[in-house]
Amino acid sequence: MALHLRSSSSKSAFVNILRHNLCFGFGSPSHATRHLRRNLPHDAPIRVSQNPISRLCNTMAEKLSSIGGHEDASNQVMDFPGGKVTFTPEPQFISESNKERVPCYRVLDDNGQQITNSQFVQISEELAVKIYSDMVTLQIMDNIFYEAQRQGRLSFYATAIGEEAINIASAAALTPEDVIFPQYREPGVLLWRGFTLQEFANQCFGNKSDYGKGRQMPVHYGSNKLNYFTVSATIATQLPNAVGAAYSLKMDKKDACTVTYFGDGGSSEGDFHGALNFAAVMEAPVLFICRNNGWAISTPTSDQFRSDGVVVKGRAYGIRSIRVDGNDALAMYSAVHSAREMAIREQRPILIEALTYRVGHHSTSDDSTRYRSAEEIEWWNKARNPLSRFRNWIESKGWWSDEAESDLRSRIKKEMLEALRVSEKTEKPNLENMFSDVYDVPPSNLREQELLVRQTIKSHPQDYPSDVPL
Amino acid sequence: MAALLGRFGRKLVSPGSSHGARRVSTTVCESETVKSLNLYSAINQALRIALETDPRSYVFGEDVGFGGVFRCTTGLAERFGKNRVFNTPLCEQGIVGFGIGLAAMGNRAIVEIQFADYIYPAFDQIVNEAAKFRYRSGNQFNCGGLTIRAPYGAVGHGGHYHSQSPEAFFCHVPGIKVVIPRSPQEAKGLLLSCIRDPNPVVFFEPKWLYRQAVEEVPEHDYMIPLSEAEVIREGNDITLVGWGAQLTIMEQACLDAEKEGISCELIDLKTLLPWDKETVEASVKKTGRLLISHEAPVTGGFGAEISATILERCFLKLEAPVSRVCGLDTPFPLVFEPFYMPTKNKILDAIKSTVNY
Repeated sequence: MALHLRSSSSKSAFVNILRHNLCFGFGSPSHATRHLRRNLPHDAPIRVSQNPISRLCNTMAEKLSSIGGHEDASNQVMDFPGGKVTFTPEPQFISESNKERVPCYRVLDDNGQQITNSQFVQISEELAVKIYSDMVTLQIMDNIFYEAQRQGRLSFYATAIGEEAINIASAAALTPEDVIFPQYREPGVLLWRGFTLQEFANQCFGNKSDYGKGRQMPVHYGSNKLNYFTVSATIATQLPNAVGAAYSLKMDKKDACTVTYFGDGGSSEGDFHGALNFAAVMEAPVLFICRNNGWAISTPTSDQFRSDGVVVKGRAYGIRSIRVDGNDALAMYSAVHSAREMAIREQRPILIEALTYRVGHHSTSDDSTRYRSAEEIEWWNKARNPLSRFRNWIESKGWWSDEAESDLRSRIKKEMLEALRVSEKTEKPNLENMFSDVYDVPPSNLREQELLVRQTIKSHPQDYPSDVPL
Repeated sequence: MAALLGRFGRKLVSPGSSHGARRVSTTVCESETVKSLNLYSAINQALRIALETDPRSYVFGEDVGFGGVFRCTTGLAERFGKNRVFNTPLCEQGIVGFGIGLAAMGNRAIVEIQFADYIYPAFDQIVNEAAKFRYRSGNQFNCGGLTIRAPYGAVGHGGHYHSQSPEAFFCHVPGIKVVIPRSPQEAKGLLLSCIRDPNPVVFFEPKWLYRQAVEEVPEHDYMIPLSEAEVIREGNDITLVGWGAQLTIMEQACLDAEKEGISCELIDLKTLLPWDKETVEASVKKTGRLLISHEAPVTGGFGAEISATILERCFLKLEAPVSRVCGLDTPFPLVFEPFYMPTKNKILDAIKSTVNY
C-alpha cells in the first residue's frame, strides 16, 4: 500500500522525512513499476511517479524515466488550489495507522541510567538539583493537600502525582517570559517559577490572600507576576487562547513563546482542533504539551481516540511533533528546550506528546480503583516513578544523597504544614469581592444587588457563613 | 436626512431624524465634517479609526481580508497590513478563543463572526472564558480588549441561518456587554466605544441596514457612551422600547399612532447588557404604558427582562400590562417571514389595545 509522504523536490527532503518520520514504513519499493506494467496498454507512454521515496528506492523507475522522453513533465502533476500534486491511476488509501507507533524519546532508562548514545541537553548540577527538589516538593505538597481534603480541611483537590517530571522539567526548560496557559494538573510550573507553598494554600482555602479573591475552587491557580494564566476547569479552552497570545508575542517580536498544557482527554475537544489549525496558519510560537497520562477521569485512551496517541495529530495540521517519555525528566527538559528554540526561531507551533501515567485519582471526588486495578496504580507509582529515576541519575553524578533527601523532605513537610495552618486561619475575602471584577467597574445592577444582599444578611445572619467579612 | 427602502417596498425613514421626531440628545458637534454613509461604510470607518489610533489592535475573522462578505472591512488589510487585518480558518471557537488570547496580552482584538447565526460554536469561549476572565483571576488578567462583531437580524430572505437575533442568550452572561446600534452614525460611535471599553463586548450589527440605511456620519473620531439609552422620540401616552433595525418599524408605528391621537415615546436601548433601566423607568412613570418590540422569538426574549424589571419598578404607575410585539416561537422561516415578523401594524394594533386597555 502506498503511503502518503510529504512531497518535496529538495534533496534534503528525504533525509528530513527519515528524521521526522521514523515510524513510517515504506511501501514495496517496486510498487511503482509493478502497477505501471500491469495496468497500461502497450503503446501508452510510461509515467513515473514523482514520489521521491519510490524514486530513490526504485532504480527501475529511474531507468523508466529516461524512456518516453517526449513526455511533458507538466502532464504528470495536477494543479488544483493548494498546490501541485502527482496523480495516481490507482486509488490509494492512506492507511489509518502506520505499521509501527511513533517511537518515544527517552534518555534515562527505567532505573535512571543514561541510555547509551542518547542525545540530550546537558544540565548543570544546580539545575538538576533544583529540578529534583521541586519534583519532591510538588509530590509532598500534593500528598499533604490531598490528605487535608480527606480530613475535611479543604473542599477539593486534584494531584499531579506521577506527572512531576512533566511539570518541573518542562518548566525548567522555559524562561520566565514564556507565557503559560495551563489545564489544571500543572501546578509544578508555578512552583518552579517561585509560587510559594503559602500562595498555593491561600488559593486552596480561598482566603483574603488568594490572588483569585476566593472566587474559584482549589487548584485554580493564576499568577500574572509569574506569567501563568488562571486555571479554568473547562477542558482545552486554553488552547486557542494560547495561540492568540503567541500571536501577540510574535507581533511584539518578543523572545518568548506561549506554552499550553492539556491531557489526552483534552485532545478530543473541538478547541484542540481549532487551536492547532490556527497555530499552524498564523505561524504562532506556541508549544502544545499533551500530558497523555492514559486516563480522562475513568475513560482510558482506548475510548478516547483511535489514532496513535496525540503526536500523530500534529502532522494533520502541519505541525512538527514529538513523542517523549513524560516520566523522564532529562528527556522532557531536552524536548521542551529544543521545541522552544524552534518555536521562537522559526515562529512555528510545536506539539509535544508526553507519555505518562496518572497515578493519583482524577481528583478528591474520584476513586479510581472503581475503574482500574490497584495493582496497576501501584506499579506505576513504584516501578515507573519519575522521581526515583531522576534521583538515581543525580546520585550517580554525585549530586545527591540520602541525607540531602531526608533533609529536603522534612523541611518541605514542615513548610507545607505551616502553610496549611496559616491559610486555614486567614479570613476569607470580604463580601464586596463577590461583586467586583465582573466588569472593570460594577454596573448599576450589581451595585443594587449588593445593597439587597446586605439587607438580607442583616435580616437572616444565620443563613450566611461567619468567616466571610462583610 | 436619511432614506431607507422599506423591507417590503415602502419607504421608511431612519429613526430619530425625520420630521416630528426630535432628538433628545445630540452627540454630534455641528461644525465637524460629515459624510453620507451607509452602515457598512460607517463600521468600516470605525474600524479604520480603531486600527489607526491603537497600533496593537487587530481585525480578523472569516473573509475579512478582501473586505468581508458585507464589505465592513474593505481596504483595511491593504492599509494596515495582513499582520493586523487577516483571514482566519473557518472555526468560530478558534476565532474567538484566539481573540481572547490576543486581548489577554493587552491588545485590542476585533473579531468578526460572519453571521450571528454562526456564533454558537464560540459560545463556550464567550461564556466560560471571556466573561469570566477578569473575575476568576482576581483581576490579575482580563480580556477587555475583545470586541466580537456579528451581523444579525432579518434580511428579507435569510431563513433559519441568515436572520437570527441571538442577543437574549448573551444578555444572560454576567461579564460581557451586548450592544446593538440602530443607524450608521450610532454604529460608528458605539463600535468605537465597544472597542475601547475595558470589557469584552458583543456587537450585533443589523445586516438589513448595511446598505439600506444612509445617514450623515461625522468623519472624526467620536464615541457614544454604552449603557445609556436614548429617547429618540418624545411622547406622553405610551413608551416603546427597541433596538437595531426594529426601531425603524416602531417609528413608523409611532407616526401612524400619532395620526390617531396617540403620543408615543420611543426609546433606543442601544446597550442591552448592562441596560439603562433608569431611562426606561422614567419614561414609563410618565406614560404609564410600555411596549417592547424585537425580532427574536418572544419566549425568553430580552423583552421579558425589560418587562419584568419595569413591572417591579413601575407597577403602580402602569395603566395596562406590558406589551411585547416580537418574533414568533419558530425557527426563522423563509416563505413565512412576513407572518413571523413584528410588523408595523402588529405594533400599531398593540399600541392601540394598550392605550384602550
